[in-house]
Amino acid sequence: MTLPPIIAALRKHKAGAVLIALQIALTLAIVCNAIFIIYSRVDAVRRPTGMDESNLFMVEQQWVGAPSGDDAASLQKQDAMLREDLAALRAMPGVVSVTPSNSMPLLNSSWNGSAALKPGVDLRGGNARTTYYFGDDQFLSTLGLHLIAGRNFTAADVVNKGFRDNSQPDIIIVTKALADKLFPQGNAVGKVIYLNGDTKPSTIVGEVERLQAPSVDSWAAGFVWNATIAPIRLNGNFARYVIRTKPGQLDTVMRGVRDVLYKVDPMRVLDDDSVKSFADIRANAYRADVGMAMLMAVVCLILLAITAAGIVGLTSFWVGQRHRQIGVRRALGARKIDILHYFQLENLLIAGAGALVGIVLAIGLNKVLMLNFEMSRMPLVYVLGGLAIVMALGQLAVFVPARRASNVPPVVATRSV
Amino acid sequence: MLGYYVDLAVRSLKRSPGLTVLMILAIGFGVGASMTSYSVFRAVSGDPIPWKSSHLYVPQIDVWGPKGHQDGSNNNDPPDAMDYTDAVALMRDHRAKLQSAMYRVSPSIVPPDASKHPINVGGHAVYSEFFPMVDAPFKYGSGWSAAEDSQRAAVVVLNGDINQKLFGGQNSVGKTVNIDGKDYRVVGVLDNWNPKPVFFDVVNTGGFTTGHEDVFIPFQRAIDVGMPNDGNTNCSEIPKGSGFVGLQQSSCVWIAYMAELDDKAAVTAYHDYLDAYFRDQKQAGRFSWPLNNRLRDLPAWLDSEHVVPSDTKVSLLVALGLLVVCLVNTAGLLLAKFLRRSSEIGVRRALGAPRLAIYTQFLVEAAIVGLTGGALGLLLTWGGVHGVSWVLPKEISTLARLDVGLLALTLLVAVVATMLAGLYPTFRASRVQPALQLKSN
Repeated sequence: MTLPPIIAALRKHKAGAVLIALQIALTLAIVCNAIFIIYSRVDAVRRPTGMDESNLFMVEQQWVGAPSGDDAASLQKQDAMLREDLAALRAMPGVVSVTPSNSMPLLNSSWNGSAALKPGVDLRGGNARTTYYFGDDQFLSTLGLHLIAGRNFTAADVVNKGFRDNSQPDIIIVTKALADKLFPQGNAVGKVIYLNGDTKPSTIVGEVERLQAPSVDSWAAGFVWNATIAPIRLNGNFARYVIRTKPGQLDTVMRGVRDVLYKVDPMRVLDDDSVKSFADIRANAYRADVGMAMLMAVVCLILLAITAAGIVGLTSFWVGQRHRQIGVRRALGARKIDILHYFQLENLLIAGAGALVGIVLAIGLNKVLMLNFEMSRMPLVYVLGGLAIVMALGQLAVFVPARRASNVPPVVATRSV
Repeated sequence: MLGYYVDLAVRSLKRSPGLTVLMILAIGFGVGASMTSYSVFRAVSGDPIPWKSSHLYVPQIDVWGPKGHQDGSNNNDPPDAMDYTDAVALMRDHRAKLQSAMYRVSPSIVPPDASKHPINVGGHAVYSEFFPMVDAPFKYGSGWSAAEDSQRAAVVVLNGDINQKLFGGQNSVGKTVNIDGKDYRVVGVLDNWNPKPVFFDVVNTGGFTTGHEDVFIPFQRAIDVGMPNDGNTNCSEIPKGSGFVGLQQSSCVWIAYMAELDDKAAVTAYHDYLDAYFRDQKQAGRFSWPLNNRLRDLPAWLDSEHVVPSDTKVSLLVALGLLVVCLVNTAGLLLAKFLRRSSEIGVRRALGAPRLAIYTQFLVEAAIVGLTGGALGLLLTWGGVHGVSWVLPKEISTLARLDVGLLALTLLVAVVATMLAGLYPTFRASRVQPALQLKSN
């Protein structure tokens, strides 16, 4: 089979061929961008936080009528209330460990600042941006973080301060990502850094493998793995507790936790949103991403189905139109397989032309999305993948009508109507 | 004649049911997907206060200077919120018709019924002019007075939901509510006012939030009792003082500000005032960098804050792409369908039908496909709008809703789009040479 007769025949139904090619071009452009969006969202959702996420939940609560001042007496009162809660929670059956914490990964509430190797730089300058976690000696064990160098906090390290107190901690644990950024030669443990442009040094005593920043939004993407953990109980009229339970006891402990806290002090706000499993926090944080990925997947499926159906429809029409010609070719000695190949090759030609335009459109669409919507550059592999998909789709769709064409008996050549 | 064409079209469509179903499905899915994404887009990009948005302005003052925009992502824009010093100074100068500084609070309320646990509410600390400025609808009572602003009066405006929860929806004006352990007198109850986006304080709410506006209390009162801000605090340097008072003395920004300026002259005057204010402060030694103020009206402000999620825009773009593919597909199928009937066209033309008649006949057929596809599109849009609540974040999906306008638009888009797709096939059909067709038969 040679191409010239196919091209000559295509000239006879330019419009249909152009429409199919256009459809394939648009399909390719949209599908590879959509798949790229799906992949980047799934990738974001699947990245591990660095925690052991099972059997973990969080309580957010607010005391009513607690001293709200920043003076020493108020702080000590607030701290006493916090410690009373911690003791009650730690005494609950089924609880493995508890830490107070200002936030946790994937929770939309964060404290961020900068870390510098020199004292007194600008707050927004520094050598790296970092997010802050404040917890006690059970912070690492409760979140299930992996300490890869140095030591954990001890109970003696833990101090308390008001949540608007801007003084910097004496000692900190940092993530490997932050340590590597600040000290590319390694051995961050024992070194001193300056937080938030302060002149007071903070000593790194340990390094954890990985801990994600709370925010999953794009503004935090630049320092999402840079975290600094300080051994501090933050005092205010509110507190968050992260609680790890024994396997299988998460639900029981979550159900019982409000009664336990109300028993310590009934004057507090503990509503339906106050107790959240980490699974819920995760689902909530990534809801938009998962939703977007699902929308794109639905659009891709509809698009491919419609394009395939369109190819089947138009090719069927052509087969009907050329019924006699096919009969003549068969009568002149063409085999069934030749007829089949004719239509397959014809589709390959049309789809190929469409796909070439589609590649340009796909890259153009990606450019538009990059310019306007904080999208990153689409790797070429997505274009190639999209190309493979639409070409395969074309061949699949054309097979049914092409088979029907190949079954046209040679005898139709002899019939005049 | 039109009735005859409808009859012809129905017969023709019945003759090749497979092709017809295919076209209807293509139109239906194309329209359904685009109208679903459009409903979400419409919900989040709508003007929350259309009758007034061009009169509401958000001033920005560059209190940080160059070191504040080191990340370079914001086009040298000054901070999008205000520090306490400037917010209070602008309120004191009172140069706009109406204006209010505001910050988000999240106090606790102890219900009058002692057996109930305290609850947490959301709301804003605002000035008295806030209510007339944003046209907040009152069900009972009204806002507080300017005098109560300066007296730091313990008064509160409740929203409908919280009034329902605390007072069973009764007129609670004059009653007392315990907020953060202190008694506040109710002066007004709003009629369930929850504008989306929360246009008056985008900075602390992000625009779309599941949080409620339950209470509004006087700004200076909230400052006096040390009610902390529950929103974003951004600093270019660490506050020297500690606590909430330290925050108020710092250059950290955490206060939203809005002013009503009713005509061009007022806008110009206010802009000049802002610039003069900056120069004054520069003279006083607070700033060492050049003037870099902004005064945006509400639509421009919402745009600069990227209130419409980019996902929504991308979805709309992709869905429109899908619609175009569906139309190209329909055009192809209609072409096949129409040209298959070349001999029929030839006979009609030979019997004296003008081209216009052929046009009408085939456009009627396209319109019927479009109408049927549109009906399917309606169903799919209905399903889609209800289905987005499964996949999109709650604060956005709950805003998307169906109304008569959207339904009418769905049908209109379907019919017009299909007829557009049918134009070329119809043109081709009308060009069929009668002689050629009659001969070949």
